Amino acid sequence: MCGIVGLFLKNEALQPRLGALLSDMLEVMTGRGPDSAGFAVYGSGDKTHVKLTLRSPDGSWPDRIGSEMAATIGCAVDASPRDTHMVITIPASAETAARGWLAEHLPQVDVVGGGHRIEIYKEVGLPASVADRFGLAAMTGSHAIGHTRMATESAVTTLGAHPFSTGADQCLVHNGSLSNHASLRRRLAREGLHFATDNDSEVAAGYLTWKMREGASLAQALEAGLDDLDGFYTFVVGTENGFAVLRDPISCKPAVMAETDDYVAFGSEYRALVGLPGIESAQVFEPEPARVYAWERN
Amino acid sequence: MQCVDLAETSRRALNQRLHALTADTNETHWRVLNPEGQHALAAGVDAPIMVEIAGHAGYYCAGMNKAATVVVEGNAGVGVAENMMSGMVHVKGDASQAAGATAHGGLLVIDGNAAARCGISMKGIDIVVKGSIGPMSAFMAQAGSLVVLGDAGDALGDSIYEARLYVRGNVASLGADCVEKTMRDEHRTELRALLDKAGVGQEVGVDSFRRYGSARRLYNFHVDNASDY
Repeated sequence: MCGIVGLFLKNEALQPRLGALLSDMLEVMTGRGPDSAGFAVYGSGDKTHVKLTLRSPDGSWPDRIGSEMAATIGCAVDASPRDTHMVITIPASAETAARGWLAEHLPQVDVVGGGHRIEIYKEVGLPASVADRFGLAAMTGSHAIGHTRMATESAVTTLGAHPFSTGADQCLVHNGSLSNHASLRRRLAREGLHFATDNDSEVAAGYLTWKMREGASLAQALEAGLDDLDGFYTFVVGTENGFAVLRDPISCKPAVMAETDDYVAFGSEYRALVGLPGIESAQVFEPEPARVYAWERN
Repeated sequence: MQCVDLAETSRRALNQRLHALTADTNETHWRVLNPEGQHALAAGVDAPIMVEIAGHAGYYCAGMNKAATVVVEGNAGVGVAENMMSGMVHVKGDASQAAGATAHGGLLVIDGNAAARCGISMKGIDIVVKGSIGPMSAFMAQAGSLVVLGDAGDALGDSIYEARLYVRGNVASLGADCVEKTMRDEHRTELRALLDKAGVGQEVGVDSFRRYGSARRLYNFHVDNASDY
């Protein structure tokens, strides 16, 4: 069992409230996933810069990390720590140099995700405490996806927490378990994808990254996943401007959606959606099995 | 009328009050405010009362219901009226998966659509869905009737025993051992009675439905049927 929540805002006026709304939704899903929690927020950013979300296993950060990296890679570096995580903002042209600097100087640090707008935070612990540690309630943006995990296929570690990000501005959360993740991981590794964990859900994220790298749209990548991903799943996937949902063909895992003129929202259970503005008059529906639901912002 | 506001009272306290009622209770009309998708609302009631749930319900609403009438004025989550014994459950919106699962008796009416596995392993319940039902509905259904005014998803009635299925719209596919059957007068009479009980008017005629049921080939294992299992 796991809990998933997602919120894709159509109305920009709600963007200042994105984190507060998602935080409440995440906490309601504690019963479905008390082991760890995580969330991805698509906030501010632009095409000329890249944001890397880093995680320090011991929660500590060296002093002056930003200025030391800047001196080596030769450009401005903004470093914003939040508890065990830190978001580094750099010119897009310096991404490779920055990743190289991190691998050399801070090998213990994980790069949890990267892209123009995505920030990802995840830790072991109850969802309310994880949201609180990272200040989710104050975050703003256009869309966000959260996950509360009850571990089944791999250990209760921060690395096993969702969301998983295997491509720029991409993230995936998963409720369920995949049965062909080992063979698929080997196949994707041959295609040059790198996996940080032995988690089945990361393989699903990598699969979609690979499909989109090959030219598929988000919806087309998920459509292909119906043939290639074997197991139980409800996926919620984010890209820089997109938000998508897919359930396995026998709809093994629960899903409820609500849509209004202002937003599209996802919850593993309706309870998670109760606090959303205008939910009383929203179109509430259960996504059908094996059908791709995708929304994109222009 | 007893009014219980779940913004102030716990779901457990509500259910304990409902469980304490006896067959001769005078508290026969209950209204539950602010359900907000909570699970197990009015589950396990065993008294001839009316319970109105003023909004969406979560999982297993009115599960194991006996004698009561439970009305959900919104959508119901997984397993509404699962294992109902008698009485009636009326969902005014849509129902999630496994509506009426394993239920032995009573009537379940869903005004909207029901998702996958509606009536799975039904054992005597009557279910009327005014919209459509999802895939794998009436899987291993044993007794009772399932009436669908809309369409049915894939694998309807897979491994069905003796339940009767009436579908007005399209059936995406039939499951193993489920076949279309002739509609005889006894079926027309039964279907009309169910439509009347569910408040479906005469404009929906029984002849617009098709009947499905068990071919009875899977009762005993026969090697020629191996591919059907």
